Amino acid sequence: MEWKETIGTAVSALNARRMRSLLTMLGILIGIAAVMLTVGLGQGAQQSITAQISSLGSNLIIVSPTQSTSSGGFRGGGGAASTLTTADAAMLADPAVAPDIAAVAPVSSTSGSLQSSSTTWTSTVVGTVPDWQSVRARTVASGRFFTADELDGSRNVAVLGSTTATELFSDGTPVGQTISINGQSFTVIGVLASAGSSGISNEDDTVVVPLTTFAARLSTSGNANSVSSIYLSGRNADTLSAAYQQVRTSLLASHGVTSDNADFSVSTQASLVETATSITGILTLLLGGIAGISLLVGGIGVMNIMLVSVSERVREIGLRKALGATPAVIRQQFLVEAGILGILGGLLGILIGVAVAAILTPIIGITVAISIPATLLALAVSLGIGLVAGVYPASRAAKLAPIDALRSE
Amino acid sequence: MSAMLHMSAVRKTYATGVVQVEALRGVDLSVDEGDYLAIMGPSGSGKSTLMHIIGCLDVPTSGTYLLDGTDVSEMSEKQLAEVRNRKIGFVFQQFNLLPSLSALRNVELPLVYAGVPVAQRRERALAALAKVGLAERVQHRPGELSGGQQQRVSVARALVTDPALLLADEPTGNLDSHSTNEILDLFAELNEAGRTIVIITHELEVAEHADRRVFIRDGLLTTTDAIQAGAR
Repeated sequence: MEWKETIGTAVSALNARRMRSLLTMLGILIGIAAVMLTVGLGQGAQQSITAQISSLGSNLIIVSPTQSTSSGGFRGGGGAASTLTTADAAMLADPAVAPDIAAVAPVSSTSGSLQSSSTTWTSTVVGTVPDWQSVRARTVASGRFFTADELDGSRNVAVLGSTTATELFSDGTPVGQTISINGQSFTVIGVLASAGSSGISNEDDTVVVPLTTFAARLSTSGNANSVSSIYLSGRNADTLSAAYQQVRTSLLASHGVTSDNADFSVSTQASLVETATSITGILTLLLGGIAGISLLVGGIGVMNIMLVSVSERVREIGLRKALGATPAVIRQQFLVEAGILGILGGLLGILIGVAVAAILTPIIGITVAISIPATLLALAVSLGIGLVAGVYPASRAAKLAPIDALRSE
Repeated sequence: MSAMLHMSAVRKTYATGVVQVEALRGVDLSVDEGDYLAIMGPSGSGKSTLMHIIGCLDVPTSGTYLLDGTDVSEMSEKQLAEVRNRKIGFVFQQFNLLPSLSALRNVELPLVYAGVPVAQRRERALAALAKVGLAERVQHRPGELSGGQQQRVSVARALVTDPALLLADEPTGNLDSHSTNEILDLFAELNEAGRTIVIITHELEVAEHADRRVFIRDGLLTTTDAIQAGAR
């Protein structure tokens, strides 16, 4: 029997029980849409995190303390202090100690309440050095960054992130204006160009001030020399691992610790990306797995309905056999019916998935990545589920003895 | 003239639970090409079992059955399906038309399984429907046809493959007397044109239309009497 004929027969059989066919497809539809959305969301989150990490700067090495405090910078007044200090930063800047390091930027940060003449805004206040600009690969959109002289003189100058600038000075130029940070008065000397990052931590919502000014007027830490992390840039990508080793070895030596009880951790951009990728990968797998269970349930639904269909159509099967349908032809007919249920459910599921992804993307701010290979895979999987679910009912139909089938009322 | 259908010592035993039921206990039957045979018997006589074996819907437990010169008693399911498709045209008491298909599509069905190309299939199905007088009703579904018309569609379906044997199982059991006569006239016409027909019935009036009658009782053919052609 030709394929066209088999497919035509299957379609008209499904069409004769339209409502039931639609409900059966719904199971596959929901499963496929759920898998596509969760996997798409996972991949989108991964892309966004990777982009965010890449936007931190190139050949970046980050040293963070592993005891006493988190690198986020919310430290209690008389409480724990960071294990990293400006002295560590000065040591790493010495070419004799770490020859493959190009620039060093110690960073301290805290949450700050900002006030312009018209508005108040809460943002992350970062204290650092002029090299921060090159280490983090940030450029100034208007005005200028602060100089080494201003750092040495602990001047009250501030450079705003683009988001912060917009929030504080929605109309008018920020450069030259005065703002207050946690009650201290600062002159705005520049606005950073957008880092283009999105998501949870916004690199554009920040205020950058000289580290010395930060330590003297804004820090809540007991130790004026402590910093919350040290950013370093390697000379180039090839020597990045050498630079990493130099940083690690020299800090271990100067802190008098071994790698077993190290009070800091060194990570490179690549290792951060790797960690983020593995975390989002596990999450995607977990969520996709849960969604996959609904797909499995949909497949069982197809099998169930096909079994019902076989027992309802015993007479039809008997007649077809009497007229010359071989067991193989009958098996094929039921398999094709199950396959069509699967693939139509899959197609509708993909459509719904794409539509929901398009609606969801602007709402949650993370792109739901739906790729063509993943879509084709989903379609193949839905066809496969239909076929696998059809095997047992189809072989039951094929095995029916024609006389028993004709006899049934 | 060679026998179209030749059975010798055919037995059929069913195992229903612990009890063995001997439905056929050694049947010898020969039907020549062009014959019109009626098989009669009360229910429980083995009539249906004999019909199933003649129709290659089932195989005998022992004995031999030659259909159109081919031994079908040892065939596989697949081979039997092919034999049914090519050599036998069925007419059932319940018509057994597929309700969702038009008369034309119903008649085409055996040709679909025979792998006949679409255009040829259509042509042959239309010709068969014309032969049973339903040329005007080819697009009607079974539900839109009377009982007699439905049975004529199933006769057309039985004839469309040009089978060696037309096997009718109580073909008039669900019809009124007018439709019954229509169908029996159609059979007579087909037989006159050389078609071999075996009809299974419990009604003497129906059986009297055949050239020859056999009776089955308790799994055995008991009496065979010939009716002179034209005596009806």
